[in-house]
Amino acid sequence: MKYSLNFLNQWIVCAEQQFKAHLAELNALDAAIGDGDHGSNLARGFTKVVEKLQADKPATPAALLKLVGMTLISSVGGASGPLYGTFFLEAAKVAGDQLQLDDAGLALCLQAGLAGIQRLGKAEPGDKTMVDALSPAVSVLNKQVGLEMAAQKAREGRDATIPMIAHKGRASYLGERAIGHADPGATSASLLFDCLAKP
Amino acid sequence: MKQLVNAPGQVVTEALQGMALAYPDLIRVHDNPHYIVRADAPKNGKVALVSGGGSGHEPMHGGFVGLGMLDAACPGAVFTSPTPDQIQEASAAVHGGKGVLHIVKNYTGDVLNFQMAAELLQSDGVEVRAVIMDDDVAVKDSLYTAGRRGVGATVLAEKICGGAAEAGASLNEVAALCSSVNASARSMGLALGPCTNPETGQASFTLGENEIEFGIGIHGEPGRQRIPLQPADTLTEMLMLPILEDLPFKKRDEVLLFVNGLGATPLVEQYIVYRAAEMVATKHGLKVSRRLVGSYMTSLDMAGISITLLRLDETMRQYWDAPVRTPALRWGL
Repeated sequence: MKYSLNFLNQWIVCAEQQFKAHLAELNALDAAIGDGDHGSNLARGFTKVVEKLQADKPATPAALLKLVGMTLISSVGGASGPLYGTFFLEAAKVAGDQLQLDDAGLALCLQAGLAGIQRLGKAEPGDKTMVDALSPAVSVLNKQVGLEMAAQKAREGRDATIPMIAHKGRASYLGERAIGHADPGATSASLLFDCLAKP
Repeated sequence: MKQLVNAPGQVVTEALQGMALAYPDLIRVHDNPHYIVRADAPKNGKVALVSGGGSGHEPMHGGFVGLGMLDAACPGAVFTSPTPDQIQEASAAVHGGKGVLHIVKNYTGDVLNFQMAAELLQSDGVEVRAVIMDDDVAVKDSLYTAGRRGVGATVLAEKICGGAAEAGASLNEVAALCSSVNASARSMGLALGPCTNPETGQASFTLGENEIEFGIGIHGEPGRQRIPLQPADTLTEMLMLPILEDLPFKKRDEVLLFVNGLGATPLVEQYIVYRAAEMVATKHGLKVSRRLVGSYMTSLDMAGISITLLRLDETMRQYWDAPVRTPALRWGL
């Protein structure tokens, strides 16, 4: 399958809508093990991103991904701003100058994005972070099983964070009290993959 | 929860506008991105001190901008760290040619955003050092957590390092002094109730009628345990003992004792806690030579207090005593 500029635009617009629709849920998950603003921060950031995309109309996938990353870094704050921002910036670096991405190209971008998040945040799978949703989703992309399977892996990864103790971020201060709550970062990451599958 | 707010999305912007109007002689406020600089910035030939963090901890950090303390403060959204471009712009605006020190509280978001800002500044040829504050003994420092949180010692470090920078110390000297303050200070707090974020309207947690959160963080994040409310003297001693043991503070150490209100606890209660804290310190053989009591690092409308103990050396004492003129701390001038 080919992923056009239009596809990527729709992906981001969908993400904005999903983060707004799940704003209260993401805030509540964050309130349980963090400080309760993950949904608000992402909704604010992606609203800015969509405004920027409409104003700047980037001409290539690389330019679009870069604009998304830069805007998230400058408008989200917290840990999720630099982390999601880096995800898109690193993806942009390997997107090349083609006008559309193929399956392998998209997989390469998302792998680079995940690697960037892990480099910056130093999180491994099992630390109860967004990596727990992103990592299984990105790893099935190479197997040509389709984006819906990747989204499903992300949702499974999100659910797998529920019994985990957090090792990164504010939730790590809770110790065993973090058990029983899905990680808000893994939840937002799975929403991002839901949108990739059905933008 | 009743709050004096016009629009949830305008909380930080309107508060900053109010600060600008209230302290026109001391600070200038920049909009888009938000930052506060001292009115006479940039000071040529002086190391620039920049701090920042989420809003909701006022007067920290914006209230500490001015002569003898910070050159700039970057307020993020409520309880959300500022962004790299914001920190970069604020740092560039106050850079006086002798480098910039970033004083960063150890929270994942603050650390990541300041790190990205430092990289941007360094690529523009600005010399930047960062000191990460992590004085909260309530949190286990281990490979399996994000490490100890930065709390009350940040206020003391900003004052002491601001004094040193004003006296002409180099970037390396100010950074070393900041690290030394962090290494010599320990803090712990407790909350009697939650705080309510005016941007989301949500309370940070719920406590039972007679329950307190012991080892609270400044964003309402939980600490060591929930325990029943007890008399102020008992609770103060329970905060002081882990602080004393952790450094550890030793007999005849000269210390600065800082009792900090978290937002909704009145001074009358803070004085009761201060009384108990100084008695515990004295019983432990410490010599309390400098003191600070008041709500300097708050958590919105949270009721509760934190205690910080700093082991002073002569340099720290000298710069603690040095003149300061900011919205929230003023002496010697």
